[in-house]
Amino acid sequence: MDLNIFWFVLLGILMAGYAILDGFDLGVGILHPLAKTDQERRIFMNAIGPLWDGNEVWLVTFGGALFAAFPRAYATMFSGLYTAFMLLVLCLILRAVSMEFRSKRASPAWRAFWDWCFFGSSLMAILLFGAAVGNCLRGLPIGLDGELRIGFFGLLTPYPVLVGLFTIVTAAMHGALYLILKTEGDLQQRIRRWTWRLFGFFLIAYLLTTIFTLVAFPRAVENFEHHPWAWTVVVLNILAVANVPRALFKNRPLEGFLSSAASIAAFVFLFGLALFPNLSVSSLDPAASLTIYNAASSEKTLKIMRLIAFLGMPFVLAYTAVIYWVFRGKVEIGKFSY
Amino acid sequence: MDILFLSRLQFALTIMFHYLFPPLTIGLGAILVFMEGMHMKTKDPQYELMAKFWTKIFAVNFAVGVASGIAMEFQFGTNWANYSRFVGDVFGSALAAEGIFAFFLESGFLAVLVFGWDRVSAKMHFFSTIMVFLGSVFSSIWITVANSWQQTPAGYKIVGEGLAARAEITSFWAVVFNPSSVDRLVHVWLGAGAVGAFFVMSVSAYYLLKKRHVDISKKSFTVALVLGFLCSWAQLFSGHHQARVVAKHQPAKMAAMEGHFHTGTGGAPLYIVGHPDAKTETTRGLAVPGALSLLIHGNTAAPVTGLDQFVKEDRPPVALTFHSYHAMLGMGFLMMFLTGIAAAMRWRGTLFDNRRLLWVFVFAVLLPVVANQLGWVAAEVGRQPWIVYGLLRTADALSPVVQAGQVLGSIVMFGIIYALLFAVWLMVTDHKIKEGPEVGAEGGRSEGGFLKTAGGLKAKGSMTEAKE
Repeated sequence: MDLNIFWFVLLGILMAGYAILDGFDLGVGILHPLAKTDQERRIFMNAIGPLWDGNEVWLVTFGGALFAAFPRAYATMFSGLYTAFMLLVLCLILRAVSMEFRSKRASPAWRAFWDWCFFGSSLMAILLFGAAVGNCLRGLPIGLDGELRIGFFGLLTPYPVLVGLFTIVTAAMHGALYLILKTEGDLQQRIRRWTWRLFGFFLIAYLLTTIFTLVAFPRAVENFEHHPWAWTVVVLNILAVANVPRALFKNRPLEGFLSSAASIAAFVFLFGLALFPNLSVSSLDPAASLTIYNAASSEKTLKIMRLIAFLGMPFVLAYTAVIYWVFRGKVEIGKFSY
Repeated sequence: MDILFLSRLQFALTIMFHYLFPPLTIGLGAILVFMEGMHMKTKDPQYELMAKFWTKIFAVNFAVGVASGIAMEFQFGTNWANYSRFVGDVFGSALAAEGIFAFFLESGFLAVLVFGWDRVSAKMHFFSTIMVFLGSVFSSIWITVANSWQQTPAGYKIVGEGLAARAEITSFWAVVFNPSSVDRLVHVWLGAGAVGAFFVMSVSAYYLLKKRHVDISKKSFTVALVLGFLCSWAQLFSGHHQARVVAKHQPAKMAAMEGHFHTGTGGAPLYIVGHPDAKTETTRGLAVPGALSLLIHGNTAAPVTGLDQFVKEDRPPVALTFHSYHAMLGMGFLMMFLTGIAAAMRWRGTLFDNRRLLWVFVFAVLLPVVANQLGWVAAEVGRQPWIVYGLLRTADALSPVVQAGQVLGSIVMFGIIYALLFAVWLMVTDHKIKEGPEVGAEGGRSEGGFLKTAGGLKAKGSMTEAKE
């Protein structure tokens, strides 16, 4: 595998890791208003309490790796999508603050304010992520000078918004499956009912997004011709999606959660395959597209970073696993809780 | 308004806000490691109580640090696209190392540190505390290396020409150990240690004055005083060493820090207080003749490079650099003085009866915090007009497609949200301090003493309420 492809794949892994991990905690944020009592809201927040921070690190590392491996793509996308990124930063900060500060005061108004901040910022962040993916697939007006010029509302065309909605329901379903693992009794039964409904919405959005993509951007499946093995991912994806209702029905919440995690990984894979070898497609001139070759750092840098990644990743995976193991099981609101 | 000015203003705002938190994380982290280590060793429950209390404050601080740190990382791309294109290849390795070795380590084990007291064994908890501390230290290494490379670039070659030029790495170790990185890193760590120490001393002094948690506060104060004394005094040597590196590699910055306009043929004076005027190219104030030459060259008669050796467009803003540098020095000496007195009185056993000095320590936490900020102002403003010294001008580093209006909009956004963030941080930290070490849960529910509440309310117990 050449170095550029290695880094493209590693970025894909970081993105998949982020989507799966922060996906469920953003999803919990979207479901937050459905919790009825203060106690339930605290359970929701504490279900993700020890973990969201570590999950967000996947995004930080994704951003760092993009900067390091493909600085031209990082610079063009971040400056071209200025307003969108500023909104994202706003959402992520507000979200962190809401969780950290919500339960520090007993006043209902104080708590309601942070509850809505938590919900709003989670929803908005996911919408922005989804719209970003949609815009990448659709192509962006990148000029031959390597600069992207587009207004914020130019990003909110029907296709990116549809992908954004699809991401929202996916995260909500994923978050609900996670909450089933973390709750008990009556609350768990209610979440189970929401999950069924969310699965229905998810299926509709999934079909619409797939059809829209195939009709409007046939380019997205071109790579399948060169890599027919990729069809196995499509098949596995469908199996994983189909396994979600099966696991719900058979009352195996962990299996359901892992299935939705697998299907999210598959979506990220398909997104990567649709782009490859581009990082960002230019809608003005194919020659202006930023690819994993023309946007990359030098071979030496990619090599050094590969060594760092090989040294570090086993540790990251090992202690991520340890920490999830430590915080397994149902939520208990204690003196160290939010 | 000028987009260069606005972008620099935004960077100053976000980095200065961010830098309120990481030094406290590092400094407090060191103190937490010590307290938990002492608890492991002596089994003295007071150390555990102290560690638990400071962990709560540490967690709030950490969260704000992470939240404001994300803005920093995005900002290189959003506001400084040409800079990102220029340095990406060189910073790549440092950033990758920071992400893989530092961020995951810190945030992962933070969960155990904050939420894991009753979920893991004491040994595992202690291990996690060490890991969080190490993570924050690693993080400071890579970011300081990257910034030091901007001050004293090494281990690179320039590829391409004009606006398309960019730096490419030629030696990883030469980038990591560029001429200023080790000295600056030590300076950053000592600054962080001082913030952590003065913070703990401030809170402990407050308790002692209010006659609350007296035993625990005396212990905390003593632990912090040792760290604060060591850091403040070591900073003198670190600072001196670093200044010599600046004089050698960034003579324009040194000249601006000292308000030294004319090279001349004899020794250069050292201004204790004063004011440099860039228009008339004179500095007025109280000066020790030949002292600057002595400090830099070890000889009172050796000339020091002045600003006259640089054309006007290559000179940094003099007044801001001079004053921030001098104010930092002043605070540093004050910290040495205060920790010196306190250490002597602690030795003789009279420290905790001296209410006046304790009151001074309640507010003295501002000294290292402000000194850290001013040190960075001197370092960054003194590097101007370069963003990478001698290689890339700040004016050429902007994002070509971003408009002044967008930057202004984001400054307003950051201004509001940071003000909110800071207010809430103050409020919650203040609340935790007033609550003190003994009281338990956030909701104010603590039944059956400190340790009994660890299990807390089980979520199950309140399920019945949800049914109605």
